[in-house]
Amino acid sequence: MAIRRGRGVAAINYPTGMNLGGDPSQALVHSTPTGNFMVTLSSVDLGQGLKQVMAQICAETIGVKTEQVIIDTADTDTGPHCMGTFASRGTHRIGNAVIQAAQEARQVMLEVAAEALEVNASDLDTDGEGNIHVKGAPQKSISIFDTALMAHFKLGRSISGRGMFLVPRSYPEVETGAMKPSTCYAHACTVADVDVDDETGEVTVVSVKNVFEIGRALNPKMVEQQLVGGSWMVISHALYETTEPYYPARDHGGSDFNEYLMPGPGDLAETEIVVLERPAADGPYGAKGPGEMCANPQIPALANAIFDAVGVRIDMMPITPERILRALKEQRSA
Amino acid sequence: MAKVPVQFTLNGEEKAEFVDSGATLLKVVRDKLGDTSPKSGCNQGTCGACSVLVDGELRLSCLTLAETCEGAHIVTTGGLAKDGVLHPLQRAFMDEFAAQCGFCTPGMIMAAKALLDRTPDPSRDEVVEALSGNICRCTGYEPIIRAVLTAARANSQNAA
Amino acid sequence: MKLAKSYFADQRKDDLKELGQGLQRSDVPGHVTGKTSYFADRHFPGMLYLKMVRSPHDHARIRKIDTSEAEKHPGVARVITHKDVPHNVYTILILIQVGPEDEQVLAEDKVRWKGEAVVAVLADSQRAAEEAAAKVKIDYEVLPAVLDIEEALKPGAPLVNEYHGQNYYMYDSGASRKVRFGDVEKGFAEADHILEQTYFSSPIEQAPTETTGCIVTPDGNDRFTCYTNTQAMFFTLDNTSIILQMPGHKLHMVGGTVGGGFGGKVDVTVEPIAILAAKLTGRPVSFIYSRHEEMQISSPRAAEKIVLKDGVMNDGRIVARQVWGYTDAGAYSRHSPYGAQKGAAHYPGPYTIPNVWVDTWCVYTNRTPSSAMRGFGVTIADFALEVQMDKLARLIGMDPLEFRFINAYRDGDMKAHRQETTGAALIECMQEASRLADWPVAEKYLQMSSYKGS
Ligand code: FES
Ligand code: FES
Repeated sequence: MAIRRGRGVAAINYPTGMNLGGDPSQALVHSTPTGNFMVTLSSVDLGQGLKQVMAQICAETIGVKTEQVIIDTADTDTGPHCMGTFASRGTHRIGNAVIQAAQEARQVMLEVAAEALEVNASDLDTDGEGNIHVKGAPQKSISIFDTALMAHFKLGRSISGRGMFLVPRSYPEVETGAMKPSTCYAHACTVADVDVDDETGEVTVVSVKNVFEIGRALNPKMVEQQLVGGSWMVISHALYETTEPYYPARDHGGSDFNEYLMPGPGDLAETEIVVLERPAADGPYGAKGPGEMCANPQIPALANAIFDAVGVRIDMMPITPERILRALKEQRSA
Repeated sequence: MAKVPVQFTLNGEEKAEFVDSGATLLKVVRDKLGDTSPKSGCNQGTCGACSVLVDGELRLSCLTLAETCEGAHIVTTGGLAKDGVLHPLQRAFMDEFAAQCGFCTPGMIMAAKALLDRTPDPSRDEVVEALSGNICRCTGYEPIIRAVLTAARANSQNAA
Repeated sequence: MKLAKSYFADQRKDDLKELGQGLQRSDVPGHVTGKTSYFADRHFPGMLYLKMVRSPHDHARIRKIDTSEAEKHPGVARVITHKDVPHNVYTILILIQVGPEDEQVLAEDKVRWKGEAVVAVLADSQRAAEEAAAKVKIDYEVLPAVLDIEEALKPGAPLVNEYHGQNYYMYDSGASRKVRFGDVEKGFAEADHILEQTYFSSPIEQAPTETTGCIVTPDGNDRFTCYTNTQAMFFTLDNTSIILQMPGHKLHMVGGTVGGGFGGKVDVTVEPIAILAAKLTGRPVSFIYSRHEEMQISSPRAAEKIVLKDGVMNDGRIVARQVWGYTDAGAYSRHSPYGAQKGAAHYPGPYTIPNVWVDTWCVYTNRTPSSAMRGFGVTIADFALEVQMDKLARLIGMDPLEFRFINAYRDGDMKAHRQETTGAALIECMQEASRLADWPVAEKYLQMSSYKGS
């Protein structure tokens, strides 16, 4: 009886969004009289930081600082339609809608500034610090603050924009299944190392090394949050979690966090993460959805590592100590 | 339902209320006193989201009857920042990106404060132990552990 | 986390200002001070608490519902049954024309899973609501139940859901969503080895720390404001509008920060009944799942059964892949017909295989309806696919990572669902993994690229 070390690998791809249902989202952007920007959505922030990333996308597009952008969201009286926050669609779909709305608002803003500076709007650029200047002549400039004031009180123009992003619904072909399930895919590869106690069936995840390709890390700190949290969650799926441990039997189902098992802070695997960026052609600044893709390759990588360690295949999730022990017993008696 | 009088301090402020007999401290603090920083994640003592300090002790407010808190000093995450200045734990949770949905955060901060109050310079194992009654579904715990260790370091530097 | 900037450098311009920065989240000061507002951080005077009476049986006919004792219980304001629900039979995806309507908001004649909602009790405290709920008497005639995929598909199995007429979802393509690409039989005939294996998973709970729920206030002008933690505001609004036969302009959904979703808050299960309750009583209503309800009543990730049959050559090429995927939807569709279809599109994984044959089924059983969860339609498929890849590699005595390089898809390759591959990056992920984990592979694999013609 011993602790046995094993190593496994798995690689996956993951679709962004729900094209098989038709997948629209809208955004509205307008400026306040003093040149701050309001983004209005009906999308929901589940904790992944949707509001922050939308603020950064809007700021990047208009050419202002992120802190000047306010996100007003999740209200059906004020926000235009959004399909919802699921299927790794938030960053991609809503981000694209925000870009379109912000571009339209930026255009009006530049037109107003052009009147003030008596040049063509196409000759203007933003410096990202709150000013609009003539390209190649940075001294000839006007602040966004003054531009917005002028739009409101002198020119009577609304610095605002509408954004809509729709991936049209794809209907699978009946006979062949030809369909367009997604416009872009994220990718991942995980190598997992485990220790398996062949006396108790217990698995210790020594380390997971995750490589994720997500198009573009729009806010690397928040991407890291998703990837670390997702990696934890899916190790939990692989080895611990189910509402029905003896499925299809309905009994023994956990009712609370004492009975529904998940790894706690004392059971963490050493986790290394490397992110690759191959921008998606239709992604907002190249981004794909990182939310779900990060929680996939670890399960088979662990299953393969367990096989590598003790030579038994557990083809049923979750891979519990009980299942490993039963398989080991069978292996010994065979 | 019979009402019971109870007096205690909440984050230093004196409170006097008539509460339903059997009402939990969680319900009274949230619904009657308007401090919604403790969260109800399970209402059955298994998630830690409702953690508060009662006379310096870490308690699950969903399992604590309000009427048993007569004369007690209760501290919640809602009362940690003083004069607009964040507590080192709050700062560290921000700096380490230790909150995503934030639902577990007030409870985590209370559990961490209970630890640091008694063990200002904890080991990683002690931090892990202190947090292990609190569930987080978003972060994978690692950033939270780091935040508590960071806060402890900040504290000891301030003390030095 | 490390960004490996050397990959795909030719495809990126590093000219971003606000993006690409790890800026602090604007919501986090609220999180650490406990000031972030979640839907349940509201308390309204006169608020009623809703407690649901649920089926104790997997499958039963309802003979009689007697609420008279519950109605007399002190503190009870109202008891609601199916009779009060204007459009009691619904299905969420009807909004995108995926029918039929197959689920009762409150059970009328039958219950089809243990936990199905039958009667809603509203009282001025949670405790009174729970006590009164215990006094609701429902007379059931227990029926034979079918609890797993294989049983459900056997001829003569008890019928789970009359709205479907058979124990699986009927697609326009028939009993399953199909993908047919090349000729698998020809592929198997050519293959050096054939491996057929079966994989299973049990249901998984999303387990957000904040349970599903909502609080509704009547606005006094015949409109209702619903503070909810749904993941999809308009999905909820539009489904509520159908169920309550109430024009959408009378409904106002307000979200905010949600305490985690992971797919668990995409169904529309609490809002319609809570809004109906607010309408019938004229009072604010709180309907929040207990942790028990979140664990056992809210829809989990489906259990799945996946059969993979592969034909592989000694040189490492997979020449045929056949897949039978079964999603255990439980008693009702919810999002499962979509999930099973998404699964069909996902096979054969990120590999280029000339002959592919996929059938995915959405199967009904007398279980808690399953629905969306992080990785919907994909996660369990990846478990099966990638364990199978490991087995295939070992079968032909090849390194599992090198085996994947041989089969990895690249730009320009045709996928089984007949889309040309673009933006592939599997090879580069595996190259980096090989370096990161010190997993040696032959130099030629490190020289490969996802780019077309490379
Ligand atoms: S709410 Fe008190 S422990 Fe969960
Ligand atoms: S941050 Fe969401 S539960 Fe911890």
